[in-house]
Amino acid sequence: MKGRLDPRRIGLSLVAPVLALVFAAVIAVVVLVVSGYSPKSTITQMLDYSAQPRTQVLIINTATYYYLSAVAVAIGFKMNLFNIGVDGQYRLAALVAAAVGGNVALPGPVNIVLMILVAMAVGAMWSGIAGVLRAWRGVSEVISTIMLNAISTAIIAYLLRPGRLAVQTQGSNNIGTKPIPESGRVGGISLIPDAGMKVFGLIVVAVLVGVGYSVLLNRTVFGFDLRATGGSQTAAVASGVDVKRMLVVAMLLSGAVAGLVGMPQLIGQSYSYSLDFPTGLGFTGIAIALLGRNHPVGIAFGALLWAFLDQSSQILDLEGVPKEIVTIIQGATVLSVVIAYELVRRYRLVAEQRNVGKALGETAEPPAVTTGAPA
Amino acid sequence: MSVVTPTTVSPVPAGRPPRPGAGNVRRTTITIALAVVGLILLLSVVRKLSGATDLTAAGAISAALALAVPIAMAGLGGLWSERAGVVNIGLEGMMILGTWGAGWAGYQWGPWAGLVAAVIFGAVGGLLHAIATVVFTVDHIVSGVAINILALGATQYLSKALFEGTEGGSTKQSPPVHPDMGGFSVPGIRDPLASIEKHGWFFVSDVAGILRGLLTNLSWITLIAILLFPLTYWVLWRTAFGLRLRSCGESPVAAESLGINVYRTKIIAVVVSGGLSGVGGAALALAASNFYQEGQTGGRGYIGLAAMIFGNWRTGMLAAGSALFGFSDALQLRGGGSVHALLLLVAIIVILVGLWQLYRRRVVQGLIALLSGVAVLAYYLVSDQVPGELTGALPYVTTLLVLALASQRLRMPAADGLPYRRGQGS
Amino acid sequence: MPAAATQTGTEPAPGAAPIAVQLQGITKRFPGVVANRDINIAVRGGTVHAIVGENGAGKSTLMKILYGMQRPDEGTISVDGTELTLSTPADAIAAGIGMVHQHFMLADNFTVLENVVLGSEPRRAGGRIDFDTARDRIHRISESYGLDVRPDALVADLGVGDRQRVEILKVLYRGARILILDEPTAVLVPQEVHRLFGAIQELTGEGFTVIFISHHLDEVLEIADEITVIRRGETVATVLPKDVTAAQLAELMVGSELPSPQTGVATVTDRVVLQGRGLTVRDADGRDLISDVDLTIHAGEVLGIAGVEGNGQTQLVEAVVGMVPLASGQLELDGTDITGWGTRRCREEGIGFIPEDRGRHGLLLEAPLWENRMLGHQTERPNSRGIWVDRKGARADTERIVAAYDVRTPSIDVTANSLSGGNQQKLIVGREMSGSPKLLVAAHPTRGVDVGAQAAIWDHIRRARRDGLAVLLVSADLDELIGLSDTIKVMLRGRLVADADPGTVTPEQLGSAMTGAAAAGRGGASAPMPDPVAQDRAAPAADPPGSPPIDVPNQPGSDHPGEQP
Repeated sequence: MKGRLDPRRIGLSLVAPVLALVFAAVIAVVVLVVSGYSPKSTITQMLDYSAQPRTQVLIINTATYYYLSAVAVAIGFKMNLFNIGVDGQYRLAALVAAAVGGNVALPGPVNIVLMILVAMAVGAMWSGIAGVLRAWRGVSEVISTIMLNAISTAIIAYLLRPGRLAVQTQGSNNIGTKPIPESGRVGGISLIPDAGMKVFGLIVVAVLVGVGYSVLLNRTVFGFDLRATGGSQTAAVASGVDVKRMLVVAMLLSGAVAGLVGMPQLIGQSYSYSLDFPTGLGFTGIAIALLGRNHPVGIAFGALLWAFLDQSSQILDLEGVPKEIVTIIQGATVLSVVIAYELVRRYRLVAEQRNVGKALGETAEPPAVTTGAPA
Repeated sequence: MSVVTPTTVSPVPAGRPPRPGAGNVRRTTITIALAVVGLILLLSVVRKLSGATDLTAAGAISAALALAVPIAMAGLGGLWSERAGVVNIGLEGMMILGTWGAGWAGYQWGPWAGLVAAVIFGAVGGLLHAIATVVFTVDHIVSGVAINILALGATQYLSKALFEGTEGGSTKQSPPVHPDMGGFSVPGIRDPLASIEKHGWFFVSDVAGILRGLLTNLSWITLIAILLFPLTYWVLWRTAFGLRLRSCGESPVAAESLGINVYRTKIIAVVVSGGLSGVGGAALALAASNFYQEGQTGGRGYIGLAAMIFGNWRTGMLAAGSALFGFSDALQLRGGGSVHALLLLVAIIVILVGLWQLYRRRVVQGLIALLSGVAVLAYYLVSDQVPGELTGALPYVTTLLVLALASQRLRMPAADGLPYRRGQGS
Repeated sequence: MPAAATQTGTEPAPGAAPIAVQLQGITKRFPGVVANRDINIAVRGGTVHAIVGENGAGKSTLMKILYGMQRPDEGTISVDGTELTLSTPADAIAAGIGMVHQHFMLADNFTVLENVVLGSEPRRAGGRIDFDTARDRIHRISESYGLDVRPDALVADLGVGDRQRVEILKVLYRGARILILDEPTAVLVPQEVHRLFGAIQELTGEGFTVIFISHHLDEVLEIADEITVIRRGETVATVLPKDVTAAQLAELMVGSELPSPQTGVATVTDRVVLQGRGLTVRDADGRDLISDVDLTIHAGEVLGIAGVEGNGQTQLVEAVVGMVPLASGQLELDGTDITGWGTRRCREEGIGFIPEDRGRHGLLLEAPLWENRMLGHQTERPNSRGIWVDRKGARADTERIVAAYDVRTPSIDVTANSLSGGNQQKLIVGREMSGSPKLLVAAHPTRGVDVGAQAAIWDHIRRARRDGLAVLLVSADLDELIGLSDTIKVMLRGRLVADADPGTVTPEQLGSAMTGAAAAGRGGASAPMPDPVAQDRAAPAADPPGSPPIDVPNQPGSDHPGEQP
């Protein structure tokens, strides 16, 4: 009986992402060469820059919110739901949470908890709209979440005006929500010496979310139902799962985690939601979830890798290499990783069939996949 | 004693009556004509009540048509792809590639070169998607999302590398395309219609405005786009190639068993769908403006998909859906007053729908529709204007509403989105 | 070994028709299995050559090879003396070979015409399809062979018998001279089978060659001119029907006697386990899928439902299990009212479910066996405690099931996908019988399952029945139905229209009732039932002489039910 920490199995799981990364790296090298830049110097620059302590802190911080975003997406993926709306969900959630945190004068830790809960609620609600539309009217959540993203941008533009939720920041052109009072902020963790910067305190939240995600999915009956519905909706229905309810709950959960994406930044650094709050984190989450194959540890590695690419490429601009090369690497990685996973999956299925056949002695007909259904 | 004892049974009506098959509902010309007339009447009413002359002004209609084109092209692309069984979420990315290609080739060699380049660039995106989904059986939606990311990154990189430092160009924009794409007008009707329109008569002026908008100042791309619709219908429903393509989307197993190369057909379909999205991109970069700009597509690829779903995967209703979305897009650009008037229109329509639902005994849905309609009406009456920041959301809200209300009686190709491997037949 | 079995040679008897199709040394391997090993078959022109073997013997693979859907690893195929390489179905079609698949390959949303011409469309200028020519040709073929097919009908609206005739027409349209019929009678009732055989005989009379694959031995003996037996991927014997009996064929097929589903001792008790009254299920358009169904199942009783596919059996099963809502009616399980209960509650309350399509409803194909053991019972012990999954408990119980139900697998961590159909089904049966269910709903429990597994499953059902289990059995296998059931009811168009006594009924009589042909009244009854046979059901061929007419429903003044056979 194979143990679960079977080295062969782990090896096989790693083949796909490694293969994909190699392939993406090759593409990047080709693009750079064709555009007239030196791949070697580009890579050395990136590596040098990332060796600096300050960059490392930036990488960890970036990875923190990437991780949350990816987990949010992964929850949906496990049920074959595509929550492309993480982007709109986290921004809306961050805005509302920031406004609440800045204007409600509650004592410190309570304020923090309140903001986190508000963010999760807003994210869940926004995502829930898509879930309800899918469950009740069969509307593809892919399209509805994308539409909701755009709508949330409009709503944020509307709310982020002086007189509504925002105020003019002193001495700058920036508009933001009222800053969170000192007591409501979370300090950083001095993880890396000489960095001059601290790691987000809320990295703890990210870790908890990861653990919670893993436990929920693998150890609870709800998680079993979720994975069953993602594996085969018809089988799940026959096993007693209420698919409509499942759809909505999964989207709510995904949205709630999405709401947390902006929290480390908000509560640990910016202290207010303003025009320059990071955007686009939702789409990054999708890519990382795919790269990490929806696995809590895999996603963590994916998040770190992505953050590394993002941060270390900042230096490239100064040296004349368009830093968008990294976007191409990222896009190519996503595409090649899904192809690689598919190939590995097929290989694994065939290999398993062969092994089972060998172990049992040969029978005549290949194992049935779907039988029994009449025309 | 008999071995089989029938139970007491009353006669049962024989068999199922043949139900109207997918898309076989014949809309007679009369029904269509009636619907159009009814719609124009409604628009007239709303215009009179709200004073928003923009609703049927030639300028607005013209803009609506121009903005409908990219949506329609994306929708048509989606149709080709999904009729062959491949879900294509990557239309947005392919359209982005199209806009970029149009800008890049356009500023160097003129608008027609831009159009050709747009089609090629879009088709390349389609080819990538085709290989991933057909050859490697990657999940269709994942591949589509990946292509969108890739397209964005590639165009950003290329813009930076090629447009920065050029005259009129920047990292986010291509130099302008000269000369203009140009267009075509039906001769002789512009002025007579304009004068009728100015009078503001109920219904007649609206018709005049609509006609003027539709028949004058049409970009060549718009014409091409319009022609692509009957062409698509003819190819997909009247030729052997089209039948085979559709069979791949309905039952690839049957198709393969009859000797059809399912892989090749699907790949062709998806490449065509990429090319069509490219045309949509060209419409944005060459007709609606005359340069490539980052973010130009603004989600129209997805709206096009919604139009396709609204159209039940058929060309006729797809066109209608695109027109609807294009109209909302155009109004949003013209400012708060028109959007405000649109609220009234939406309110009336939703209330009518609600009454219809109640008549059909669908109480819950009917009540929800009625309440929403009344709510929108109330908002219209209470407010003067829709806030500027929110008007931008109009096309997206429209899309959501349409999908939410229309999603039920739809029949998508039976094998749409399902992975297919050669030899997987029974 | 039957004395008259010829060796697996290829020489035609002197004076017989020339060989139309010759397969020599065909071998095909898949990962982990050898599907065909050194197969040798010679089919004479203008004859019906049957290929028999149990489920999983390799017949389907062989036919896919002959039709170009698979390529053999070794061996040759010759048609009319010429050796051929068939790489795709197009090659086979060009060689005059046409295949009517067991699972119809029709696009539901297309019309009959579109399905028939697909891939061989008559063209006009510019690639346009010439619909008129196509329509004419279809009419002509349909008339010539009595296929009664309407070109502009939507396939989704056609019944099973019609669809099969469309498949046959497809093949004839392309000029096939060699027809392969893969398990054609699996979905037909006896009357439709006779009709099909009539058409086959007409075809062979005109010189067509028919290869007939089946494991229904009585039918094979009736229609075939020559029979080849395949077992475990190899040709075992080629015999003439006049030289063998069904029992001998069975022995060749499985190497031993075919199991029979006969149950012995009566075990029906008085305790009512399932009580259904007035059960009605409607579709989205408000039409009745099942109407006003009453049924009662006692502990220790197997109630069998006979009916042509598509008459509401699926809906009945799904209604009992809670997968579809009841439009009206009540359902009681062991005294508890379960009307309107969802699937989860029903299963927790003690209903076991063996679905008819295990791939879609019964298993998570890419999940390991122990997770599949949980499927359907994930809220119950030993699979979980409260909200937590109990891995140890589930795994231990899976080992138990694997041992007790003889599920052949190297471990419980392999995915369900890699098991054969029979072993998958045994796992499902084991799972559903665990936890002492009160009622077992079994839909086509031995479909697509090899003979060994079939026998084992019948044994398990019989044993559970002895222990007081109530069983609702739906099956298209009339032998299984008659053998296992204590009571049989016939379902037609959503209603239960007749009862049958398994002890005395024959498949033919059951088949008549299933198609409604039986309800045409006996002369003299006051109000003969209007003939409810719809046009697309097979018109009943002449009943075998001497069989009793089926009774009219109880009406005032009607005679008492009829004679003994």
